[in-house]
Amino acid sequence: MKVLRALVRRPAVALSLLYIVIVVLLALFAPWMSPYDPSEQFVEGLSLEGAPLPPDTPYLLGTDLLGRDLLSRLIYGARTSLFIGLLANGLAVLIGTLVGLSAGFLRGWVGSTLMRFTDLMMAFPALLLAIALSAIFQPSVWIVALVIAMVNWVQIARVIYSETIALSARDFVAVERTLGASSLRILFSHLLPHLLPTILVWATLGISTTVLLEATLSYLGVGVQPPTPSWGNIIFESQTYFTSAPWLVFFPGIAIVLLSLAFNLVGDALRDELDPTLQGRS
Amino acid sequence: MSNGTSQPILSVQQLSIDVGMGASSRRVVDHLSFDLFAGQTLCIAGESGSGKSLSSLAIMGLLPKAVRVAEGAISFEGRDLVGAPERELQRLRGKQIGMIFQEPMTSLNPLMTVGQQLQETLRRHEPLGRQALRQRAREMLESVRMPQVEKRLQQYPHELSGGMRQRVMIAMAMLCRPKVLIADEPTTALDVTIQAQILELMRELQQVYGTSLLMITHDMGVVAEMADQVVVMNHGRTEEQAPVRQLFTQPQADYTRKLLAAVPVLGTAGQPGDVSQQPVVLQVRDLSVRFPVRMGWFEEDKQVHAVEGLNFELRQGETLGLVGESGCGKSTTGKALMNMLAYQGSVQLFGKELNGLHGAELQAVRRDIQMVFQDPYAALNPRKNILELVGEPLLIHDQLPRAQRQERVAELLRQVDMPADAMYRYPHQFSGGQRQRICIARALALNPKVIIADESVSALDVSVQAQVLELLEHLRKQHRLSYLFISHDMAVVERICHRVAVMYGGQIVEIGRRDHVLHNPQHPYTKRLLSAVPMPDVDQKRDFKALLQEFEQPSPIKGKGFEAPLQKFHDVGGGHWVAVG
Repeated sequence: MKVLRALVRRPAVALSLLYIVIVVLLALFAPWMSPYDPSEQFVEGLSLEGAPLPPDTPYLLGTDLLGRDLLSRLIYGARTSLFIGLLANGLAVLIGTLVGLSAGFLRGWVGSTLMRFTDLMMAFPALLLAIALSAIFQPSVWIVALVIAMVNWVQIARVIYSETIALSARDFVAVERTLGASSLRILFSHLLPHLLPTILVWATLGISTTVLLEATLSYLGVGVQPPTPSWGNIIFESQTYFTSAPWLVFFPGIAIVLLSLAFNLVGDALRDELDPTLQGRS
Repeated sequence: MSNGTSQPILSVQQLSIDVGMGASSRRVVDHLSFDLFAGQTLCIAGESGSGKSLSSLAIMGLLPKAVRVAEGAISFEGRDLVGAPERELQRLRGKQIGMIFQEPMTSLNPLMTVGQQLQETLRRHEPLGRQALRQRAREMLESVRMPQVEKRLQQYPHELSGGMRQRVMIAMAMLCRPKVLIADEPTTALDVTIQAQILELMRELQQVYGTSLLMITHDMGVVAEMADQVVVMNHGRTEEQAPVRQLFTQPQADYTRKLLAAVPVLGTAGQPGDVSQQPVVLQVRDLSVRFPVRMGWFEEDKQVHAVEGLNFELRQGETLGLVGESGCGKSTTGKALMNMLAYQGSVQLFGKELNGLHGAELQAVRRDIQMVFQDPYAALNPRKNILELVGEPLLIHDQLPRAQRQERVAELLRQVDMPADAMYRYPHQFSGGQRQRICIARALALNPKVIIADESVSALDVSVQAQVLELLEHLRKQHRLSYLFISHDMAVVERICHRVAVMYGGQIVEIGRRDHVLHNPQHPYTKRLLSAVPMPDVDQKRDFKALLQEFEQPSPIKGKGFEAPLQKFHDVGGGHWVAVG
């Protein structure tokens, strides 16, 4: 509670939190919030020449190439994008942290094996892996999230690995050993709190890359299947019409940028608040 | 020597330095004034936070962004340096005013060879041809008594030892024959014998080139060896300014008197209390530590023989000092005793063998043997509060519930003279001395029998150091503790230890009662070591000339299967043993 109050005291962070809350609420209550059905193609949603309509009433953010309401699609798209962003990214951070932490702490052959496997995954083209995985499994939102997690954990594991090694060499870890602390205790009670800033930064940065990777996969036909909207596939569906119908790229683009910015700002602030050595500063 | 009538070469008048801006600004140097005359040495002495380093940076015009000169004047040969344009200062730096920093490794560019760095410095100030540049660099290295100059010019900083690096730094600072050399703790990071060499070198260069030396140091021994004039600073204020003899013989300020009283002086401790009848607590037999060195595929692997065949015992209530220079294996010995690394030989605690223990058995032993580390800043996890930190061993070993832990932590804090409410604060809110007290409280939590103190007071200011030593002594008597006191500082060891063991090249070369070993050293290495300690006494100026010859430690890297010849000891009498041969 104290942390939350401290966060709200910073205007930029308060705005970010507000934006995240709005997006989450929209996603949760999409059927009641959206003005139209996201996949209904309106005849009057296209001009006489068959071009999409620019933002105006009754379609507040305009319509897309098939005459569907963009606002409704964005609201429903928030569901997919948030779900994938949070689940895929959360999984990636979890796997990456566990692998990096144990490899960095245990070293020896366990550490080497884990890191060589990580290197292997890193060397493998991420997109190819994603395509292969989604081709094997039936594409669904869950599979897309899993696939993205499988691809994204690698960098996190690398970073956590090197930080763990640096941390393990610090005196206080040696002191813990002389006090008789077990490895698990050192890992989770002493090392993990120090890695929290890194994990938070990756977790928040990752959300934007995840949303974009989902968009790429959708574009290649192995991601979220149409007509289910996601912020990513809205952009990719309409990117060739960018000059004639810029709103189709602009609004979902802004939504993604604001979401990742909001998560970043909140993550940064959270990191500072959770560090006792920074208390009362800045 | 000054004649009083000539102009000072560097004059600082009423210099005040502020950190921060506006209402939150804080004064860190308050009306500092001094004059430095040609060929003289002026020492600014003080403990950490006294503002001595900032003053020297102000002279160079190198103050960090948030720090500024609030008032006062700095004049160099009559020119005012405060507010002088950056270009003019750049011309002055290196050319007229040279500077040496504490840490020679971080002050040299690791990607440039020694030769390149020297030539670059020179080229900036003097338009010389390549041949002339190289010649000057070579000459300068020769005048800092660098062995094998041609080879050194081609080497990178990491290929040199700490003492050699500091010689390169001095050569670089002296290259353009500056009129003033500012040395900020130039020997603090070095071993005593290397320190003696560097100090001697600076004296020599000063005589040859007539350079004025402004030296910043916390070490009153160095002050007594080097200074003509001394300024004692404390929290930014000038406590006293006096010629060196007067300062040491008739200190005027209370602070100076306290400081001088706190400095441990080698050769002043008497006979220690007798502990030779006490039971043996810790027995070490043939302790060796070797680290494998992986060579290439086609070369045979080698080993670093860090510690080689150590034998000693520690009795109840006894403090055994383990002294030696960096790389002699003293810290490795401490770590081996804590079972923090693998070793050969036998270590017995109350007759129970420690070698080979692991898991729960090792955990149980850790109750009885604890360690206090050198750096109190690094040894405490900054994200835990003091209750969690000091209470942790109680949680690990006894699973004490929170209320009882709180009680015990308060009790422990009281024992190390800290208030009980300190337990809700975090390590960064304490000073170095307080943190070291917290570390000691933590080590005491389980009522250990043996405490290994690895350079535990080396990072502390002398006045704080004296207090912590007193605390350790008090705790030893109260809890009948035994200490293995690892240190590089002979004077501190003499103050606190019953017996002293001198280590060199991984072996003990001399061991015995403190007054025997330190007042009547027998081994040539012990003699050399003791002759290098600077004395905070103006009547005992030391002659370091004999130490200028390089005295290389034998390389500890040996081929597989190398066995050191068995050490033979000669009994001098009264438990004083000296290695022979």
